[in-house]
Amino acid sequence: MTWEVVIGLETHAQLSTASKIFSSASTAFGAAPNTQASAVDIALPGVLPVLNRGAVERAVRFGLAVGATINRKSVFARKNYFYPDLPKGYQISQYEIPVVQGGSIAIVSPTRSEIRIALTRAHLEEDAGKSLHERIASPGTAGHEMTGIDLNRAGMPLLEIVSEPDLRSAAEAIAYAKTLHALVRWIGICDGNMQEGSFRFDANVSVRRQGEAKLGTRCEIKNLNSFRFLQQAIDFEVRRQTELIEDGGTVVQETRLYDPDRAETRSMRSKEDAQDYRYFPDPDLPPLSIDEAWIERIRAGMPELPEAMRTRLVREYALPAPEAAMLVSQREMASYFERLVAAGVEPRLAGNWLLGEVSAALNKSEIDIADAPVSSASLAGMLKRIVDGTISGKLAKQVFEAMWAGEGDADAIIAARGLRQISDAGAIEKIVADVLAANAAIVAEYKAGKDKAYQSLVGKAMAASRGKANPIEVNAALKKMLG
Amino acid sequence: MSPPMITAPLTELSQALAAKRLSSVELVEGLLARIDRGNGRLNAFLTIDRERALDAARSADVQRSRGTAGPLTGIPIAHKDVLMTEGLKTTCGSRMLEKFIAPYSAFVVEQLASGGMVLMGKTNMDEFAMGSSNENSFFGPVTNPWNADYVAGGSSGGSAAAVAARLVPAATGTDTGGSIRQPAALSGVCGIKPTYGVCSRYGLVAFASSLDTPGVFGQTAADCAMLLTAMAGHDARDSTSLDRPGEDYARDIDAAVTSKPLAGLRIGLPREYAGEGTDAAVARAIETALAEFRRLGAVTVDISLPNVHLSVPVYYVIASAEASSNLSRFDGVRYGHRAASYSDLDDMYCKTRAEGFGAEVKRRILVGTYVLSHGYYDAYYLKAQQVRRLIADDFRRAYDDCDLIVGPTSPTAAFRLGEKSDDPVKMYLNDIFTIAGNLTGAPAMSIPCGFDERGLPIGLQIQGDHFAEARILNAAHRFQQVTDWHRRVPPEFAA
Repeated sequence: MTWEVVIGLETHAQLSTASKIFSSASTAFGAAPNTQASAVDIALPGVLPVLNRGAVERAVRFGLAVGATINRKSVFARKNYFYPDLPKGYQISQYEIPVVQGGSIAIVSPTRSEIRIALTRAHLEEDAGKSLHERIASPGTAGHEMTGIDLNRAGMPLLEIVSEPDLRSAAEAIAYAKTLHALVRWIGICDGNMQEGSFRFDANVSVRRQGEAKLGTRCEIKNLNSFRFLQQAIDFEVRRQTELIEDGGTVVQETRLYDPDRAETRSMRSKEDAQDYRYFPDPDLPPLSIDEAWIERIRAGMPELPEAMRTRLVREYALPAPEAAMLVSQREMASYFERLVAAGVEPRLAGNWLLGEVSAALNKSEIDIADAPVSSASLAGMLKRIVDGTISGKLAKQVFEAMWAGEGDADAIIAARGLRQISDAGAIEKIVADVLAANAAIVAEYKAGKDKAYQSLVGKAMAASRGKANPIEVNAALKKMLG
Repeated sequence: MSPPMITAPLTELSQALAAKRLSSVELVEGLLARIDRGNGRLNAFLTIDRERALDAARSADVQRSRGTAGPLTGIPIAHKDVLMTEGLKTTCGSRMLEKFIAPYSAFVVEQLASGGMVLMGKTNMDEFAMGSSNENSFFGPVTNPWNADYVAGGSSGGSAAAVAARLVPAATGTDTGGSIRQPAALSGVCGIKPTYGVCSRYGLVAFASSLDTPGVFGQTAADCAMLLTAMAGHDARDSTSLDRPGEDYARDIDAAVTSKPLAGLRIGLPREYAGEGTDAAVARAIETALAEFRRLGAVTVDISLPNVHLSVPVYYVIASAEASSNLSRFDGVRYGHRAASYSDLDDMYCKTRAEGFGAEVKRRILVGTYVLSHGYYDAYYLKAQQVRRLIADDFRRAYDDCDLIVGPTSPTAAFRLGEKSDDPVKMYLNDIFTIAGNLTGAPAMSIPCGFDERGLPIGLQIQGDHFAEARILNAAHRFQQVTDWHRRVPPEFAA
């Protein structure tokens, strides 16, 4: 039996405003509990919400980036439920009329190449606080289990981005999640920091028999805060649902939680005991009105989008699509690339270096490309030395490492370390002659027809030049002298 | 000239203070003594802020001597206990907030304080402003200043009674379905509910956000105009506060007087208001008042408000829906009452709210929860919003043919304590004439216009289109220049 997996993602992106969505309290991460909770955030009697226009602007940026409709009038609604970390007893969200409707995101699927994932909507809402279940003890006592409430997160601005159930595998879900993650950072609306909870997912997962038109019963897995957990949770859930059906059971619509320690999802609540949130328009907030002029101002400030840039990189520079996709995964990476090309570096060489050596060094140092110790100008300077034959590709790696370590620019390092490539035919022939003379046994093997022996002689010649011999010249000399 | 009575209207007190015929300290001390004598009978005040009132009076007198005083500097005021007053208890008439000290002040409280007014204390009210008799207060009912067996009206009963008994010259109220106008009528004072959005709701503990409107009580229309001018204004902390230039609401009152000051004014008389269970004495008083308006130059025209009879059900759906959500924050977690013992979180919520809220509040939370719940939303809440628009359209059309709409504020004068407390629907019908003003958001006021056979006051309601406050106040003022109903003082409090 072949099963088709159907996934839709709800993504909560925390918007990068300095203050909260309905109060002036700071959104900075990591403050002591309840030090960033204003009268509005703790819902004192008589306080009222005032909408942060910066949050609206970011939602509009997103809408423009995904080609969605920006609703000229959208409505804030109250979602009513009781929980200690929800101070008002309701969450202000958007229900019937969200600010952003429709749109789509192109992703590179591992199995279906480039596909477009449709978005249902994106709406603005406030985050809830956090309940901390801990043993709290005063000095000298054993203490007891208590629940503490931290309302610093209450009122954080969120954009909830809802996709259609267009994803057909965990891999596609990850590709979509990563593309979206790159996009929100690219357009500067969210810092994308997943450790701090600034970007997290709810996954709606169902399975159906291949060819079946009707969707299977879905389960919603809540609050996945890393790509790895997203992957693992979907994998587990797909296995659970298919096994359940194959064993003659039926999937029950429910909300599930992923437990990363046990790598499994667990039932949280079923549809039957789903709450009635009693949504209604919030009478404290007039409908959100967005005029044409505001949208145009926001549009004028939009950067070239990753999707457009990826297509352009393929077209203008003949880069392979996967490489172009990787280059646009971060705006800083893409602009670093463009600066290299502008400095005269051949695009494919620039791409290879960025995605190879530079990315590896960034990962190793655990820093962002914006903080790379080697500027695009000095990297371009080094790459030129490969092209003009001053250094070999292999030596270039050494030079790059030294540059990364702060030893100066390429030319200085090449000079200081004597890394200049030896291309002089006479000099190389002398090295090769010495190698042949000292390795008569290997020469004999070569003459007996062993190809490996030839490679060994190349290696010895390179070693004799301490890596500086131009490999092309070495080959030419060897071929000539071995007859 | 003899020293003025400390029970004089606010405009006269303002002149006396300006002319230094009276000091703020004399005024505040005198009125504190009246409060001490009268509050046991009325139960109008829940908190009396004696020391700070005297301090404020002393500094008002200093300001006066330095020439930096404004027209309201040093004049006492009381605030309804639904308005947050920094450092003072703000109970909303509820056990839920019995010990709650407000950590900040409401916008209207700040506005009047910055005008120099002296805060005397907080007034009794129906719990969370839900009620028409003040019998729903956790702290006991306010009794009518004219007869202790009768209600003072509600929900702003404490404020109305305090002004009627001349314990303070002015008090704030809030009006969600008539909560300023109805107690003004039943207690025999003036009370105005301005256009929704003219006075910020910041610091008003929400009952029904789309209807709640801060306003004032005074002895005269001129007093109300002066107070409203000081307390109105835009406030960025309330997204429904209107950003428009300030107004002098007394501008028409202060204009030159002619023999026919209301010449050209068209007063609309809604056909639908005739009958409607209106008491005969009330109907007679309104007729007499209308004759007076005609003598002042006004003409009366018949108008129709075909959907206005739906006001009461529409109101109880919308107001209850909003209340059920607004009151969710009283959960015992962060402030206010929390049950002493409970087994788990749900039990804590249930016990806290069962103990903290009174019967009427619970009733409205239940109704509101019901009308918003899945499967009922369209039939109740959505339908009510649609009818609300129809009612607003009725009024918009009516104002093509008239400038003001006049009629009774309440179908009857005050009723006996306990008389309607077992019949919520009968109680709700008391607001039949006032509710439409909240649904449309347009201004309306109540002024005294007579007494019934038991000697209980009768209120006349003047409604106008949005932003017609100055016109309403002027009509009321011209009426008060040729009548003396507003000058009558309850006998027990005359001395």
